[in-house]
Amino acid sequence: MLTLAHFITLGAVLFCISVAGIFLNRKNVLILLMCIELMLLAVNMNFIAFARFLDVLDGQVFVFFILTVAAAEAAIGLALLVVLFRNRRSISVEDIADLKG
Amino acid sequence: MPIIEIIFYLFSTVLVLSALSVITVGNAIHAVLFLILSFFSAACIWILLQAEFLAITLVLVYVGAVMVLFLFVVMMLDINVTSAKEGFARYLPAGVLVSLAMAVQLFLVIWTRGMETVPMPAAEGEDYSHTSAIGELLYSEYLYAFEIAAVLLLVAIIAAISLTHRRRPETKYQDPSRQVRVKREERLRIIKMKSEGEEG
Amino acid sequence: MSIETVLLLIPLLPLVGSAVAGLLRHQVGRAGAHWITILAVAGSALLSAWVAWQVFFNGLPTMDYTVYTWAVADGIRFEVGFLVDSLTALMMTVVTFVSLMVHIYTIGYMHDDPGYQRFFSYINLFTFAMLMLVMANNFMQLFFGWEAVGLVSYLLIGFWFKKDTAVKANLKAFLVNRVGDFGFLLGIAAILAYMGSLNYAEVFAQVPAVEGTTISLFGDTQWSLMTVICICLFIGAMGKSAQVPLHVWLPDSMEGPTPISALIHAATMVTAGIFMVARLSPIFESSEVALSFILVIGAITALFMGLVGIVQNDIKRVVAYSTLSQLGYMTVALGASAYSVAIFHLMTHAFFKALLFLAAGSVIIALHHKQDMREMGGLRKYMPITAATAWVGSLALIGFPFFSGFFSKDLIIEAVHYADRPGAGFAYFAVMAGVLITALYTFRMLYLTFHGPTRMDEETRSHAHETPAVVTIPLILLAIPSLAIGYFTVEPLLFGGALSDSIVVRSANDVVANDLAGKFDHGVLAFALHGFLTPVFWLAMLGVGISTYIYLFNPGLADTLKRRFHAIWKILDNKYGFDTLYQKTLTGAGLGIASGLSKGGDRTVIDGWLVNGSARMVGRMSGALRQLQSGFLFHYAFVMVVALVALVASFVLLR
Repeated sequence: MLTLAHFITLGAVLFCISVAGIFLNRKNVLILLMCIELMLLAVNMNFIAFARFLDVLDGQVFVFFILTVAAAEAAIGLALLVVLFRNRRSISVEDIADLKG
Repeated sequence: MPIIEIIFYLFSTVLVLSALSVITVGNAIHAVLFLILSFFSAACIWILLQAEFLAITLVLVYVGAVMVLFLFVVMMLDINVTSAKEGFARYLPAGVLVSLAMAVQLFLVIWTRGMETVPMPAAEGEDYSHTSAIGELLYSEYLYAFEIAAVLLLVAIIAAISLTHRRRPETKYQDPSRQVRVKREERLRIIKMKSEGEEG
Repeated sequence: MSIETVLLLIPLLPLVGSAVAGLLRHQVGRAGAHWITILAVAGSALLSAWVAWQVFFNGLPTMDYTVYTWAVADGIRFEVGFLVDSLTALMMTVVTFVSLMVHIYTIGYMHDDPGYQRFFSYINLFTFAMLMLVMANNFMQLFFGWEAVGLVSYLLIGFWFKKDTAVKANLKAFLVNRVGDFGFLLGIAAILAYMGSLNYAEVFAQVPAVEGTTISLFGDTQWSLMTVICICLFIGAMGKSAQVPLHVWLPDSMEGPTPISALIHAATMVTAGIFMVARLSPIFESSEVALSFILVIGAITALFMGLVGIVQNDIKRVVAYSTLSQLGYMTVALGASAYSVAIFHLMTHAFFKALLFLAAGSVIIALHHKQDMREMGGLRKYMPITAATAWVGSLALIGFPFFSGFFSKDLIIEAVHYADRPGAGFAYFAVMAGVLITALYTFRMLYLTFHGPTRMDEETRSHAHETPAVVTIPLILLAIPSLAIGYFTVEPLLFGGALSDSIVVRSANDVVANDLAGKFDHGVLAFALHGFLTPVFWLAMLGVGISTYIYLFNPGLADTLKRRFHAIWKILDNKYGFDTLYQKTLTGAGLGIASGLSKGGDRTVIDGWLVNGSARMVGRMSGALRQLQSGFLFHYAFVMVVALVALVASFVLLR
């Protein structure tokens, strides 16, 4: 029988995978953006599961807004990426260390 | 095993595997494609959870628009594919260790605090529409948030355009405001010069 | 016009005059400045005279009222209020009259000074402050006036601020006065603490109730509260009225312009201490110890400061030391519980000492700001009016019968004679000896300046002539009261009860009523004529004789004596070494502590450790912390996730 725990676990696994992705990936800022999208997906998964199991629709409304924010974030993130690439001819994470103390 | 569980395990396996592939494959195009796959499987699971509207939105907006944007950017940028996997193995142990630690903790929380005992409620009737229910919520209780979200998207559009927009010096532009403001004497300029024949 | 309006106008006129002359000095110009200020102070003087007329002749009852409540804190009222009785009326008249004379005189004295308007603004401001002081009905306003006159005194001593000695002298006056004010403030604070009020009348009413109270000071020793309060207040008077050992600032204050020496440092401000003690007589009457202390201090000042006057060569300094000595006389009278006599002497002294100072200033103008008496002599021929008025002032100063100083001084000596307080014997000796000394230095000054051979250089002599009318008219106007005021006022003021509404003396202590009144049984004329037969008169004549012999007939003798008694001369010339002592001990210690604090406290601890140290520590810490900042995104993400794991772990495992 499927319980709430199954779906939340799925979200947790997705989240852990994307966290691992953030610090395993050293070469491509694009992958970082994708990992962030994955994280948001994990969160959305939790919201929808809770909405279903607790029988309140507000969770779904929240997911709706998260999707909006994620779309905006993806658009701006990609725009930044393009500008970055124009200026440096590289999108390697290792090349970006201007804040080094 | 009931059909619903088979569907759940099938799509969650695909989801987890494709997510793993997103972070492990070297080629960014492959990564985007795997991301599309994982979003697709997630949408299926959401339908299982009776969130049809969101599932469709995810596919339409994400797979249809955002992921295409990703693909577009990946293909536009000239990225060195061979070096993409460099250093991956070196950081693998630490990354896996931390992620595993976090996963273990999350499992402990999820499986010991009573969530495993919450059964799935009975499905709604055939004539029930989640889409209209969400619509009612959005346009009543969450109206302000909805409008703010619209403004947010507008801001994102403007930000993305202004960030990437650039003026190329070699391109010739028209300036409509200057065209409109022109005066009569500016249209024709009479200059004096020696005629060819007068020379010598 | 109601009497309240008049009383309010009296101090406000000079304040407005001061503001106009000072702030609008370019607009009003030189003539405008002196007209405005003189009219203001003349108005004040006329109104004061009218008030005095009302008080003394029309029986105006004592007025004690609040003009303005500044603040009320914890039930204590801080107010501006006027207490107008005979003492106040007398002081107001004296202050405004002398101030008016000095204002007029200043037109001549400061004629060429670039700070003309500033000077008029200051002396008008001084008049305001002094009036506020004498008209106060509470301790706060008294203290305000006290500090305000001190401030103007400071500004005026350093009036010629480009002169190094003037700047040092005004700093010295300010610092020495701070010592006195410290005691004064402690006294006021003690009154406030134990009586809970600053109003004179309320405090006086409580004196009998707290008289027996003792407080512990310096460990377990018990002190009478009233003695402590009185001595603290008197320390304030010692600073302002220049009593030993806080007298050192007054001779140096002669660096200021001469009109100021006359107005502030002879006639009015320095007598504020005397006025204060008289005004607070109900408090001082309650402590025999404090009165003895006052008596002894006054006696020391009267005798020893007069001695120093004998060896001074600067004409203004001679007058300054005579002022110190005369202030000592007044203090002695206070100590003998003869407050009214002290006030009487204050009044007569204000006239004749202002006269002497202005006469000295007249000489100084004529000689183009030369003040050394060794380069004067024979000026009688060149400036007869100045010489004549200086003679009047000098005779009043030595107490020649019928002159105003005679009555006040003789009565002080008699009062001390009859007082039976500890220290009265010494004080009697001191004031008697003081008479001889006063005559000695006064006539030495007169002879050296106006008589004998002229010792000026040729150029100065050719320019020496009588000073203009703005200078001589005040001299004449001051000479009249110096000559006559004592004769006409001594009886009503001292024995007619004119001051009895403001001065309270316990009948056991009341030497004026008990012992002195009998001397006037046959009228003033008889008393004055009898003055020719008293030992006091013969002592004064002895001093005059010695002076005459030495400085007119045998000029070489002075130098011979100086060589013979060189040790004594040296002591006097060093003014008993007070300056050296203070310089070495107090100033030296102060400078030592200050430089120690500056080096150790300020530069090492505050600058070195706190200011620069904290900046250096921030620098070092950030230097260490910046090693952690790699700038790489994944490092930050890693740290974040590890922290998140730790946080979740603490929730999961610890609960």
